[in-house]
Amino acid sequence: MRLTCPYCGSRDHQEFTYRGDATAVRPALNNTSIDDHNAYIFDRSNPDGVHQELWNHTSGCRTHLVVERNTVTHEVLSCKPVGPFARKLK
Amino acid sequence: MRYSAFAILKNALRGNRDWTPAWRKPEPRSNYDVIIIGGGGHGLSTAFYLASVHGITNVAVIEKGYLGSGNVGRNTTIVRSNYRLSANSAFYEKSMDLWRELSQTLNYNVMFSPRGVLNLAHTPGQMDTHAERGNQMRLMGVRSELLDRDQVARLNPGLDVSGSARFPVHGGLLQPDAGNARHDAVAWGYARAADQLGVDILENTEVVGFLKEGDKIVGVETMRHGERGEIRARKTGVAVAGNTGRVMKMAGVDKLPIESTVLQAFVSESVKPIIPTVTTFGAGHLYVSQSDKGGLVFGGNIDYYNSYAQRGNLPVWEEVTSELIAMFPNFARLRLLRSWGGIMDMSMDGSPIITTGPLPGMYLNAGWCYGGFKATPASGWCFAHTIANDKPHAFNEAFTLDRFKQGNPIDELGAGPTPWYH
Ligand SMILES: Cc1cc2nc3c(=O)[nH]c(=O)nc-3n(C[C@H](O)[C@H](O)[C@H](O)COP(=O)(O)OP(=O)(O)OC[C@H]3O[C@@H](n4cnc5c(N)ncnc54)[C@H](O)[C@@H]3O)c2cc1C
Ligand SMILES: [Zn+2]
Repeated sequence: MRLTCPYCGSRDHQEFTYRGDATAVRPALNNTSIDDHNAYIFDRSNPDGVHQELWNHTSGCRTHLVVERNTVTHEVLSCKPVGPFARKLK
Repeated sequence: MRYSAFAILKNALRGNRDWTPAWRKPEPRSNYDVIIIGGGGHGLSTAFYLASVHGITNVAVIEKGYLGSGNVGRNTTIVRSNYRLSANSAFYEKSMDLWRELSQTLNYNVMFSPRGVLNLAHTPGQMDTHAERGNQMRLMGVRSELLDRDQVARLNPGLDVSGSARFPVHGGLLQPDAGNARHDAVAWGYARAADQLGVDILENTEVVGFLKEGDKIVGVETMRHGERGEIRARKTGVAVAGNTGRVMKMAGVDKLPIESTVLQAFVSESVKPIIPTVTTFGAGHLYVSQSDKGGLVFGGNIDYYNSYAQRGNLPVWEEVTSELIAMFPNFARLRLLRSWGGIMDMSMDGSPIITTGPLPGMYLNAGWCYGGFKATPASGWCFAHTIANDKPHAFNEAFTLDRFKQGNPIDELGAGPTPWYH
């Protein structure tokens, strides 16, 4: 399996660290609902098909990426930088 | 037909014409007391204990493929109970008790072989951890022995214990009563024994939906030989291992504390007996044992990303084989015969779920990670108890679905809610 890092190009997935489901979003700091925090930490939709997931290019540019990948075929559909510090692509 | 030495002799004299199939291939009935989805080890053992312990024989096991096509026929067959946390320790020790008698209980040779599981240590610090784990095992009544380097060398003559090894061996922790069993035989043995008690095993029948009355599960929709059907039951148990996410979505349960990943396993060409115990590498993740046919059966980490593909990627091959060769340099000349993958139901704390619910009329058995083969007897035993009595047995009362929210995860490794690290 290879991921195409927007900065480094097509690289073996071994260069990346898997960080799991990208749709699990931390509740706001002032959200005191146990259910919301529990869902964020523990509950996953675990789809068979397209999965949005976080990968970090640890052995490359160290950017966090949101990868769209099919969990049945391992086909990678897209890799996008994520977060406020994602550098602008040339 | 009862299997025995006498039966072999008698049938041999009659030209082996009278053997009958080990289980029937019945047509589904429209109604059962209990449906178990998933004809893996856990589904089959659940059906067997429902019938044999609780007298509930009007049971169907629904399997989408052939028996043994899931993880029960794909694992590396290691059976052990060397845990630290008491909930796990008590449960897996119950399983060991059932394993010891299993061939007799089922009248089927599951080739349970308590040859010992040896965990190597490569640093003095790791020896301390092993001593701690060994003591915790003893406190739970599980035998353990801490071995120094020379004892390890005597037990495992093929192992490189020299000072020049990449990760020199300091010693190891042995669970002498642990070992292996023949995985296919476990599936077939439970299937045959359950069938003889009246359980219908419906192969090539896929559950494609659930029948509901309000929130309550009252049966399943099936696809069998290209035709849709309905089977009703008062109680429906789900034991589909890596497919838990898929199947529970059909029931409207969209999220669970489980992710599916692929675990690969490998077998080499056959050689004469060389590894007497199950042996694990301590400076990485590798477990190896030798099958009765002589092949070295081994595996390591999961491919850590989510996956429903029953095949993995090459980096794991490289990692696993390099670790094997670090331990046993002479294996470098062996050739691999086969490799394969199975889909793991990795839970958020590395421990299983055996519970009533989450919907009325439904029961869930999941979250087995890579350790569910050894659990097969106790898992079925506890799941059957839970289904029959609508409440868990003491052995599985900690394995709930809401333990995460309660703040009671059973995190043996202390790895946190990162399923790919368990
Ligand atoms: C490579 C590998 C190595 C392993 N090594 C070990 C080990 O050494 N020791 C150990 O203890 N454990 C090990 N395990 C884990 C162990 O094999 C599993 O945890 C255990 O087998 C899971 O329970 P099961 O046998 O019921 O699962 P399975 O055999 O997977 O049973 C689930 C069944 O459900 C069926 N199913 C799924 N969806 C549907 C549907 N919609 N309708 C009908 N049927 C359906 C599947 O076809 C399957 O047959 C290993 C696993 C793998 C893959
Ligand atoms: Zn990069």
